[in-house]
Amino acid sequence: MARQTRTTGQALGHGLLWLWTVAALVFLVAPILVIVPLSFNAGAFLSFPMPGLSLRWYAELWQTDVWWRSLVNSLIVGTGATLIAVVLGTAAAVGLAMARFPGKDALMAVLISPLIVPLVIVAAGSYFFFIPLGLTGSLLGLALVHAALGAPFVLITVGATLVGFDRNLVRAGASLGAAPLEVFLRVTMPLIAPGMISGGLFAFITSFDELVVAMFLTGPGQRTLPRQMFDGIRENMSPTILAVATILIVISILLLTTVELLRRRSLRLRGIRE
Amino acid sequence: MPLLAFLLAFMVLPIGGMLRLAISNGELGSAMPATTEALRAWDGQGVPPEAVVAGFAAELRAAREARALGPVAQRLNNAHPGDRSLVQGAARRLPDEPDGDWRATLAGIDEAWGEPRIWRSLQAASAPWTDLYLLQALDLERDADGDIASVRDDRAIYRSILGRTFLISLVVTLACLAIGYPLAYKLASLPPRIANPLTILVLLPFWTSLLVRSAAWIVVLQREGPINEALLALGIVDEPVQLVFNRIGVYIAMTHVLLPFMVLPLLSVMRSIPPSHMRAALSLGATPLEAFVRVYLPQTRAGIGAGCLLVFILAIGYYITPALVGGAADQMISYFVAFFTIQTVNWGMAAALGSILLAATLVLYLIYARLVGIDRLRLG
Repeated sequence: MARQTRTTGQALGHGLLWLWTVAALVFLVAPILVIVPLSFNAGAFLSFPMPGLSLRWYAELWQTDVWWRSLVNSLIVGTGATLIAVVLGTAAAVGLAMARFPGKDALMAVLISPLIVPLVIVAAGSYFFFIPLGLTGSLLGLALVHAALGAPFVLITVGATLVGFDRNLVRAGASLGAAPLEVFLRVTMPLIAPGMISGGLFAFITSFDELVVAMFLTGPGQRTLPRQMFDGIRENMSPTILAVATILIVISILLLTTVELLRRRSLRLRGIRE
Repeated sequence: MPLLAFLLAFMVLPIGGMLRLAISNGELGSAMPATTEALRAWDGQGVPPEAVVAGFAAELRAAREARALGPVAQRLNNAHPGDRSLVQGAARRLPDEPDGDWRATLAGIDEAWGEPRIWRSLQAASAPWTDLYLLQALDLERDADGDIASVRDDRAIYRSILGRTFLISLVVTLACLAIGYPLAYKLASLPPRIANPLTILVLLPFWTSLLVRSAAWIVVLQREGPINEALLALGIVDEPVQLVFNRIGVYIAMTHVLLPFMVLPLLSVMRSIPPSHMRAALSLGATPLEAFVRVYLPQTRAGIGAGCLLVFILAIGYYITPALVGGAADQMISYFVAFFTIQTVNWGMAAALGSILLAATLVLYLIYARLVGIDRLRLG
């Protein structure tokens, strides 16, 4: 069949669609990119044109104790939360993939629900719950809640790598005399590792960026990085904040790239072509 | 299932505890057990008998000496602003011996004690459970006869907060759909070589910290920001427009934050539609618009439903973005849950508002699970 010739109207339509697409992508990305150059501003203002380039805001950041302390707190909470989330999420994903039972969908809905429940509900609930337990004002309490928020991501990503998982591999391992744990560690684990890692990264970034629960559960002694940024944005929006923001953007790009590469690797390992 | 146990301990239990707080009423009972007993038996007419009032006076003094009066005063104040100082004032000025009888003594400290209203408030606080907070969250109260009625207009605030939350979420959802649908359509129709890098552009903001994005919008939309500079340079406006710290800023920033949640489900549905369908419709003589509306659009309905529900569910729980880029009149329910928990320590009110938010979320989540299926929930 010959390709239909385009009318002027169709060409216009296609042009508009392209324009819209480009505009939407600019809307998504441009605001984030605008603040990168501003963080290298030699002046103290947050607007263009800039008087010159300098690293003074990064230097200031480097020398400020509160930022370092909040970074350390965030890393502690993020690491703890990620470890718990990966262990629990992986166990749940493997268990759910291997078993068939009634009510599986309902169970899944409950396990995924932390992704959907408004953060302020989780925050207020755990605040009321932790006060009698003495877990408010502690990094431990925050890490536990963050783990609960991050575990569903691991469940989803590991679950995705288990789609099309050939169970004969497990049987083969068992028939060759391996104990169940050994089969898991040497057969299952290498195959689901990409899912575990990307789920872990999701869980980590969730915790690293989480503010609402942190506001309820931490005191001045346990300031996390988002908490510090929130106060900075509200009280004194300076190029220092933009310097932190730029560093966080670079981290996001690195994580995004890692997850994308892992996803491709996992598809290749299981012989699925895009 | 260790995950289930863990989630039970750190998600379900705390949230359940919060729901209980929304109807809990134990303050008076633990500070003034005898008065609570007596008031439950009282018929609610006039001022209670002298024996009850004398018991109240004794327990009031005891509670003050034990420093246990705070929660009671707070509880009464939650129901009727001003009662905190009434109770605290009475406790402070209470004589050791009554001046005649205790009813007259209390009425001598403040006339309010001689009126039935405060005693009925105390009686309401002596019930094991209360619907006070849930009613208040809907701008309702119990009138003197115990019937449910709307509060006076000058005290009604919560309905407008709930309405505002839904309005903002709705506008943001529609904006995401309007921007996201054509974008997803174009991305789905491009060859993977071009579409994949462009999809990464959609994912980038998704991975970027919420705070970074809020800060970015403050910079972009401020009076000296690039948008205002451009508008001025093009001569569209004569002086900078206020685009941030108001509703416009909230709409723009929230649409930006939630747009990927719209695009990704749409994209996954659109990629599964074979292009041959559109070609078939066109070869059968349909105009492109007809083919789109009658063949393509119906097949994307699941994606539209999934995207809209997801964006709406996430939007109604938003707190940080409106707090940073909005003004005082743009704060949503979540802000007030935080406000009542941390600042005014009116936990019953915080829990009641939280319960309403949670109920709305769960209903939408159930619809989502029904319509789309849980396994389709992909946040990345």
